[in-house]
Amino acid sequence: MKVHEYQSKELLKSFGIPTPKSIVTENKISLLNSFKEFGSRAVLKVQVHAGGRGKSGGVKLLENSNDVNDFADKFFGKYFKTIQTGDDSVLVNKILVEEVSNILSEMYLALLVDGSNQSINIIVSPEGGTDIEEIASKNPEKILNFPVNTILGPTDFQIREILDFLLLDIKSFSKLKNIIQGLYKLYLEKDCSLIEINPLIVNNRHELIALDAKISFDEDALYRNEDILDLRDINQENEIEIHAAELGIKYVQLKGSVGCIVNGAGLAMATMDVIQSSGLKPANFLDIGGGADEEKISKAMSTVLSDVNVKIVLVNLFGGILRCDVASRGFIMALDKYQSSAPKLIIRMQGTNSEEGKDILNATNYNISFAENLDQISKILMDKE
Amino acid sequence: MSLRIDENTKVIVQGITGKEGGFHALRCIEYGTNIVAGVTPGKGGQLFNDSINVYDSMKSAKQETDANTSLIFVPAPFAPDAILESIYSGIKTVICITEGIPVNEMIKIYKIANDNNVTLIGPNCPGLINPSANCKIGIMPGDIFTPGRIGVVSRSGTLTYEAVDQLTKNGIGQSLCVGIGGDPIIGTTFIDVLDYFINDNDTDGIVFIGEIGGTKEQEAAEFLKSVNNSKPIAALIVGASAPEGKRMGHAGAVISGDSGKAESKINALRDAGCEIIVHPGRIADTLKKII
Repeated sequence: MKVHEYQSKELLKSFGIPTPKSIVTENKISLLNSFKEFGSRAVLKVQVHAGGRGKSGGVKLLENSNDVNDFADKFFGKYFKTIQTGDDSVLVNKILVEEVSNILSEMYLALLVDGSNQSINIIVSPEGGTDIEEIASKNPEKILNFPVNTILGPTDFQIREILDFLLLDIKSFSKLKNIIQGLYKLYLEKDCSLIEINPLIVNNRHELIALDAKISFDEDALYRNEDILDLRDINQENEIEIHAAELGIKYVQLKGSVGCIVNGAGLAMATMDVIQSSGLKPANFLDIGGGADEEKISKAMSTVLSDVNVKIVLVNLFGGILRCDVASRGFIMALDKYQSSAPKLIIRMQGTNSEEGKDILNATNYNISFAENLDQISKILMDKE
Repeated sequence: MSLRIDENTKVIVQGITGKEGGFHALRCIEYGTNIVAGVTPGKGGQLFNDSINVYDSMKSAKQETDANTSLIFVPAPFAPDAILESIYSGIKTVICITEGIPVNEMIKIYKIANDNNVTLIGPNCPGLINPSANCKIGIMPGDIFTPGRIGVVSRSGTLTYEAVDQLTKNGIGQSLCVGIGGDPIIGTTFIDVLDYFINDNDTDGIVFIGEIGGTKEQEAAEFLKSVNNSKPIAALIVGASAPEGKRMGHAGAVISGDSGKAESKINALRDAGCEIIVHPGRIADTLKKII
């Protein structure tokens, strides 16, 4: 789960990590007032979950109220596209007003889980301010990736090594230690999946400050972090995805025209790949999970049909615990609501009660092609093109 | 680390009185697995299926039955403790089916399992099955498997069933199939299973199924380059059509950066001598060409 920059910074602050003075605003009046509080010179930052805000004009240092007025008109309540959102756009409801920092140097600091050494890793670079992917491809030697010992946490000698790598003076040791240990504590206590400080700056008073912050959280741990769940901003999320999640269906909306309904995440990805290799594009990822009943299956079909781009629905079920006859009845429940506007269906059912499942669908008037295997799905999809 | 499961494997099911645990324990028994006990705290003294003793703790279940393996169906908030209880009871192989365990918990559990030389499979996995010994410790549908000499290793559940179904329909039997799980932190990795298959006298060839996210496939490729392996491997990577930054069901299936992409994994495995399966419908066909 993602949160906004201002929320990330509030969390950092509560774990003792220095951040610039800032005020979050929700309308033009409070934006203008806050701007004046900073002496009519401040950085304005739109608060959206997408990255790439700066390069897309959503972060500006402004020095007069007219410009702030224009900034408010341009963004408040409007949809904002960044270089990372692609064709999508995200709603701006909040703008952060922040004091201007005098930057001596910019660094990169992140914590994340590395599955290859089964630990939390600290990643640092003296080249902050740019995308870490870019540093990784151009100057991989400028990135230090540091596994944290699960029992000890970050230790002094490791922090000295990081200090050296960041070209910081030994006088900054206690400041860096405070930041790294605070971040590690935050990471564990709130079940983060990523904390990224980019940039971490040294200002003209030789303080270390988190100038920007991005935190995301382990969705599987939200049950024990209710305070984090409160930070969720559903305006930044996809409506169909929110609805599907409430139904217990794993669904991700994509751009294509072939909707798919599959049991199991791996088979769902494989099915999307089959669609793509047939020259079409998947409209979604959808895993209905193991023991789905008629009701849930019907809702999965309705979810896929609620995407207006869907022209074909591909069902690929490998019945185990899931019974295909139950699935078929669920599909019909949903399709009957759409009647004549129901799209073409391609059905592949394998495993528990698959023959009964196919018979049930065959007895309807819907436009259905049956496939025996993944190769046949490809052939049918190519014909339909 | 041993992945050998057969008639000598004696299994305790943790969470046997639950809906999922009970359902799958019965399917395992039907398949031929030697389930010797169940554990549910507070339900000790009950009988499961009129035949299997339920105990309050792993310690007592292990003492009474001398089991060597446990199979876990405990809900996510309590599963880390169930794994620990297994480890400290002296069980050497733990299979955890549970999905949704917080990653930070698994980091600690992984370390403890490792320090105690316990083979942990999963979490968030379908388990493993040896069709020739009629031994299934997991949730896979037993009827699609057939005894034979091909090893299957995969991060996914139903996609493994798809692969095995293709193999069986093409007359290719399996020696051992292992679902290692879809989470970022898992006990047994591709490398452990590949190492087992390469040294296993009952395995002649391997089907490898990976997916987007993380770097476990690249690490497997590096491992394959470092060992002397003459057994043919057919490898499938799914998720080429998935966008960056979005979780595709599995907690570990999120692309962040180039190394998480399907292309990078495919290239690494091809370099390591694997035959790449270009379409998920051609798993068996691709393997047939190289065995």
